[in-house]
Amino acid sequence: MAFERDLNLEATELRLGLPGTQESRSNKRSLPDMNIVDDQDHRSGSSRVIANASNATKSEEETTPPSKTQVVGWPPIRSYRKNSLQAKKSEAEASGIYVKVSMDGAPYLRKIHLNIYKDYPELLKALEDMFKFKVGNVCDDYFSGEYSESEGYNGSEFVPTYEDKDGDWMLVGDVPWEMFITSCKRLRVMKGSEARGLGCAV
Amino acid sequence: MSYSSLPEDVLEHVFSFVQSDKDRNVISLVCKSWYEIERWCRRRIFVGNCYAVSPRMAIRRFPEVRSVELKGKPHFADFNLVPEGWGGYVYPWIRAMAGGYPWLEELKLKRMVVTDESLELIAKSLKNFKVLVLSSCEGFSTHGLAAIAADCKNLKELDLWESDVEDPSGNWLSKFPDTCTSLVSLNIACLGSEVSFSALERLVVRCPNLRTLRLNRAVPLEKLAHLLRQAPQLVELGTGTYSADLRPDIFSNLAGAFSGCKELKSLSGFWDVVPAYLPAVYSVCSGLTTLNLSYATIQSPDLIKLVSQCPKLQCLWVLDYIEDSGLEALAATCKDLRELRVFPSEPFGDEPNVSLTEQGLVLVSEGCPKLESVLYFCRRMSNDALVTIAKNRPSMIRFRLCIIDPQTPDYLTLEPLDVGFGAIVQHCKDLRRLSLSGLLTDRVFEYIGTYAKKLEMLSVAFAGESDLGLHHVLSGCDSLRKLEIMDCPFGDKALLANAAKLETMRSLWMSSCSVSFEACKLLGQKMPRLNVEVIDESGPPDSRPELPVKKLYIYRTVTGRRIDMPGFVWNVGEDSALRLS
Repeated sequence: MAFERDLNLEATELRLGLPGTQESRSNKRSLPDMNIVDDQDHRSGSSRVIANASNATKSEEETTPPSKTQVVGWPPIRSYRKNSLQAKKSEAEASGIYVKVSMDGAPYLRKIHLNIYKDYPELLKALEDMFKFKVGNVCDDYFSGEYSESEGYNGSEFVPTYEDKDGDWMLVGDVPWEMFITSCKRLRVMKGSEARGLGCAV
Repeated sequence: MSYSSLPEDVLEHVFSFVQSDKDRNVISLVCKSWYEIERWCRRRIFVGNCYAVSPRMAIRRFPEVRSVELKGKPHFADFNLVPEGWGGYVYPWIRAMAGGYPWLEELKLKRMVVTDESLELIAKSLKNFKVLVLSSCEGFSTHGLAAIAADCKNLKELDLWESDVEDPSGNWLSKFPDTCTSLVSLNIACLGSEVSFSALERLVVRCPNLRTLRLNRAVPLEKLAHLLRQAPQLVELGTGTYSADLRPDIFSNLAGAFSGCKELKSLSGFWDVVPAYLPAVYSVCSGLTTLNLSYATIQSPDLIKLVSQCPKLQCLWVLDYIEDSGLEALAATCKDLRELRVFPSEPFGDEPNVSLTEQGLVLVSEGCPKLESVLYFCRRMSNDALVTIAKNRPSMIRFRLCIIDPQTPDYLTLEPLDVGFGAIVQHCKDLRRLSLSGLLTDRVFEYIGTYAKKLEMLSVAFAGESDLGLHHVLSGCDSLRKLEIMDCPFGDKALLANAAKLETMRSLWMSSCSVSFEACKLLGQKMPRLNVEVIDESGPPDSRPELPVKKLYIYRTVTGRRIDMPGFVWNVGEDSALRLS
C-alpha cells in the first residue's frame, strides 16, 4: 500500500503519460521485458522503473525534468479540434512578426517580436529596458499611475505610440492587447513636448 | 379475425407507424409473413458497422429503402488510433445502391472514406437524391462536391460535419444551377479554403426554405450581416470568422442583421472571436437553444455575459475558458440545459491554464434539472464530486469525463475514483454511454458490471488491474454494444471466457492491452461470426507471438472476413494458418 501511495503521489504531478514513463508509449510497449513483469506493473509505471534498474529510463528520470510525452490517442480529442486550436496558435505566432521600434533622439532603431509579450506592462517594461527610460508605473492588469484611458500618459515625458494597419499613429494601450499585436506595424516612443501634447487629449 | 388473416396492406399501413429500427426488427421476427411484409416496407436502414453486412445482402433483404445510414471506422479513429488505410470505404456500397436503390433519397455516413468517384456516382445514378451527410469523413475533394451540386436536382441537405475535405481550386458552390431552390440545410464549416461569396449569396437568396447555414472560417464577419439579411428565416447559423477591425458601422450592421433573424435557435462558428463583437448576437440570445462556442477563444467574463442571456439554452459546447465561475452562471440561468460539453483549451499543457475544476460540473448538476448528457475535460476530480453529481442527476444518460492526466486519483483523498464512478452507474439507471478516466482499479468495473444494465457504450483508458475488470464488464453489462479500451492490463482470460458475449455486441476495440496473439487466433477459430482483426504496422503479429497484440478490433459480421484489409491488418480466423503462410 505504501508503494501505491508512491504511485499516487507521482500520478498527481502534472505530467503526461504514465507515471515513470519518459519515452513515447509505443516504444515502451514493444520492449520484450515488459511481459515478464506482472499485471500490476502494466499500470504502475514507476514500478516498471524500479524493477528494471538497468533501464535507461530511470536515469533519465533522475537527471532530466519530466518531458511532455504525448501518448497517441490521449487525451481523446479529435484531430479536427486539435488542428483548429493549433491553427489559431500558430496564426497568432506567425502574424506577430518583428516590428521596428524607434525612440525619438536615439541614433538607431530596434526590432522586437511582439508575440513574446503577453500584455502591455510587459511590453512597456521591455521598451523601458531597451531604451533606458521610464514611462511610468505599470501594474498587473493594465496601467496605473501614468496611463489612463481618458488622459493617456498625462505628465509623462515618454509616450509609446504605434502605427496601425491603416497607417494611423495611435497611443499604445487603448485597444485590447490581442487586437494591438495583430494591428501594430511599428512602434515609436515619442519624447519631449510633442509627447506632452499627446498625453493630454485622446 | 386473427392477426394472420389481416390483409397485407393493412399490416403494411400499421407497420408504417413504427419507425424505430429496434421495433421494426422485432416485428420482423413475429412470423414469416410479417417478416416478408416488413422487409418490403422498410424505408430506412442503419448499419452501425459497414463491415457487419454486405451491401448486396442489405439490398436483397430491404429492397425499397429510401434512407441509408452507415458507419465505418471505430470510434477511436477520431483520436488517431486507427492507421490510415484501415478501411471504411463507402464505394462498394454506393456502387451497389446505384443499381439496387435507384430512388435512394438520403445517405448519412460517419467515419468513412468517401472518394470523389463515390460522390460522382451518387450524382449520376440517384435521381431523387436529397440528403447527404458526411460526418467525420475523408478522402474526397470539392470536385466531388461539385458533382453533387451540379446533378442532384432536388438536393435538400448537404452537411459536411467535421470532415476532411481537400480543396483544390475550383468554384464548386457555383455549380449549383440557378434552378436549384430546394436547399434546406448547408453545412460547409469544415472547408479550409474560401468559397465564392457571390455564389454563396446567390444560393442563399434563391433557397427560401434554407433553415440551416453553417459557414466556414473563410467567410469574413463583414459579409455576415449581408447574408443574414438575405436569409432572416434561418433557424441554425454557423458564423465564419468572428473578428474584424473594430468599427461601429460594422457592428451596428451586424447587430441589426441578427435582430432581423427571429427564428434563430442555434449558433456556432465563432472562430477568432473579438469579444467586442459578441453583443451583436445578444438580440437572438433569448431564443437560443443550442450554442456551440467550442472554437471561441474568449474568456470567462465574456462567456458569462453571453450565456446569462440565454435562458432557453438546451445544449452548450464551450472551451474550458468558461471556468467554474462561468458554469455557475450557466447553472443559474439555463434551467433547461440538457447537454454540456466542455473542451480543453490546452490539452497538452503541463499546467492548468484555466480555473476549471470539478466544482463547475457539480454546480451545473445542481442547477440544471434536465441535464442528461455531459462531456467534461478537466484536470482534477474527487469521489465526493462524482457522488454528488450522480445523486443530483439520476436521469443522466451520457457521462463522459476526461481527466487529462492519465490515472489521476481523487485529488482530496488520493484514492482511486472507483467509488465516484460507481455512484454514477448506481444512481443513473438509464445511463447509456460512459467514458472513464482517472485512477481506477478493478473495483470500478465491478460496479459497472453490477449496475450499468442499460449501458450501451463504454470507453476506458489507463484503468483496471487485471482481467477481472474486463470480465465484470463483459459478463455484467446486459446492453453493451460498443466497448473500446486503450492501455489497460486486460488479457486473454476475460476475452476467451466471454467470447459468446462478443457476438451480442457491435464491436470491441482493444489497444495497448495484454491480449496475446494466441488468444486472438483461438477466438477467431471459436467464433466464426466474429471478425477478429489484429492491427500491427510493424509486421506480422505471429512473428513475435510472445508480445501482446498492439491493436485489436473485433466485430460481429454475417459476411465473413472483409476483402479490403490493408497489409497491416490480419484477420485471425479459422484459416488464419493458411492466410499467414
